[in-house]
Amino acid sequence: MVGICSYGVYIPRFRITMHEIARVWGADAGEITRGLGVREKSVPDLDEDTATIAVEAARAALRRRRIAPEAIGAIYVGSESHPYAVKPTACTVGEAIGATPHMTAADYEFACKAGTAGIQTCMGLVQSGMITFGIAIGADVAQGAPGDALEYTAAAGGAAFVIGNDDPIAVINQTCSFTTDTPDFWRREGQSFPRHGGRFTGDPGYFRHVQGAARMLFERMGTTPADYDYAVFHQPNAKFPLRAARMLGFAEEQILPGLVVPRLGNTYSGASMIGLAATLDLAKPGDRIFVTSFGSGAGSDAFDITVTDAIASSSFDRSAAPTVEALLANPVYVDYARYAKHKGKIVMQR
Amino acid sequence: MSVSRFWRKIPQRYNLIGTQCTTCGRYFYPPRSLCPDCRRSGTIVEHQFRGEGTIVTYTVIRTASDLFEHTTPYVLAIVRLDEGPNLTAQVVCRPEEARIGMRVKSVFRRIAADGESGVIHYGTKFVPAE
Repeated sequence: MVGICSYGVYIPRFRITMHEIARVWGADAGEITRGLGVREKSVPDLDEDTATIAVEAARAALRRRRIAPEAIGAIYVGSESHPYAVKPTACTVGEAIGATPHMTAADYEFACKAGTAGIQTCMGLVQSGMITFGIAIGADVAQGAPGDALEYTAAAGGAAFVIGNDDPIAVINQTCSFTTDTPDFWRREGQSFPRHGGRFTGDPGYFRHVQGAARMLFERMGTTPADYDYAVFHQPNAKFPLRAARMLGFAEEQILPGLVVPRLGNTYSGASMIGLAATLDLAKPGDRIFVTSFGSGAGSDAFDITVTDAIASSSFDRSAAPTVEALLANPVYVDYARYAKHKGKIVMQR
Repeated sequence: MSVSRFWRKIPQRYNLIGTQCTTCGRYFYPPRSLCPDCRRSGTIVEHQFRGEGTIVTYTVIRTASDLFEHTTPYVLAIVRLDEGPNLTAQVVCRPEEARIGMRVKSVFRRIAADGESGVIHYGTKFVPAE
């Protein structure tokens, strides 16, 4: 059956605290941290972008499992911050992992769920027999305008999932999506930063779509939250996924292992995928994982996943690449000025 | 750097593709098409370096050319790859962290860009592996 054959994550080592951002804008740091449930967020280095993060995540996945590069038939990179408007990040990834030229590739954009859309595309290509393995990546150096609410959480990081049907470490039992035209968050062509509908992003955006996809999956599979060991939701902050989990009937302990946003921030296209990776870092054979992503605009992809014996077999070496926990450890903290420089927010003479 | 020049070097820059003389076993980076020891009796094949090595020596760049002026100070090192060849590359660490003999491993980073609208030059840098 089709499933996840390997996975890898990359998170830059720099962090900025909510307290530091609030200091600059004269905001109440305690109130913001409590409201969002986020303490700090990752910051890319001066020479890191979505392409470098995607490459490092893909290479980490391939270190965990020996897969011939020529067996990779498709690469999809989902992001809101592709380095080029025209020229695919997926081609750079393909070249950097030696999978070119006999492969198909494309960049996806669906706000924060473009990476899980890539997983679904790879599943279809694998199940139809068109490819042996496909790689779906969600990566971002997330944008948030200076002083905007998004700036407190917009972070950097990404995850890569190798999809195939050759002895997967986790079988994807089912996937379904819930999609509508909802303008809760957007970035127009040529604009540097996204805009959003404030509180409108909550009920008509995140909660409607996450619940829509999640309940559709329960119905198709005949399951309830009690059937799953873990649940992962898109995590723009800690408050939304915790509330969504409660609304659906999941217990906090089911989602806490995959809830990395308090120390990472919102990695947009990487967010739910890094949450799934953090869960797979701990998972045992037989564990069942419920995943629901969310992308503004808007849509959610839900997945029912069962971890197989292969995760503990000799064909897969989980320790060959760093866990999410290891990537979150030992951060280097930067102040707002250094953060602004790293993010290109300082107006320079050209 | 012209687009075509960057494109030609993508295998070397992204994946440390060099060559090896299978006659004497010597590795070359950047790649050589002729072994200087074995000459006509040498057989050259492509080789992808593992990307692990040791700092032979390094300098801290504090006054850089226009392309790199906003990334100073940075560490520029001669790295001896485990297979043998030396190459000059940036080591991503604080200047005070760098030391001769430090073990490093390769990472994929942005090296430079041709202005605001030109091609982005990706390639290999190193990070401490200790």
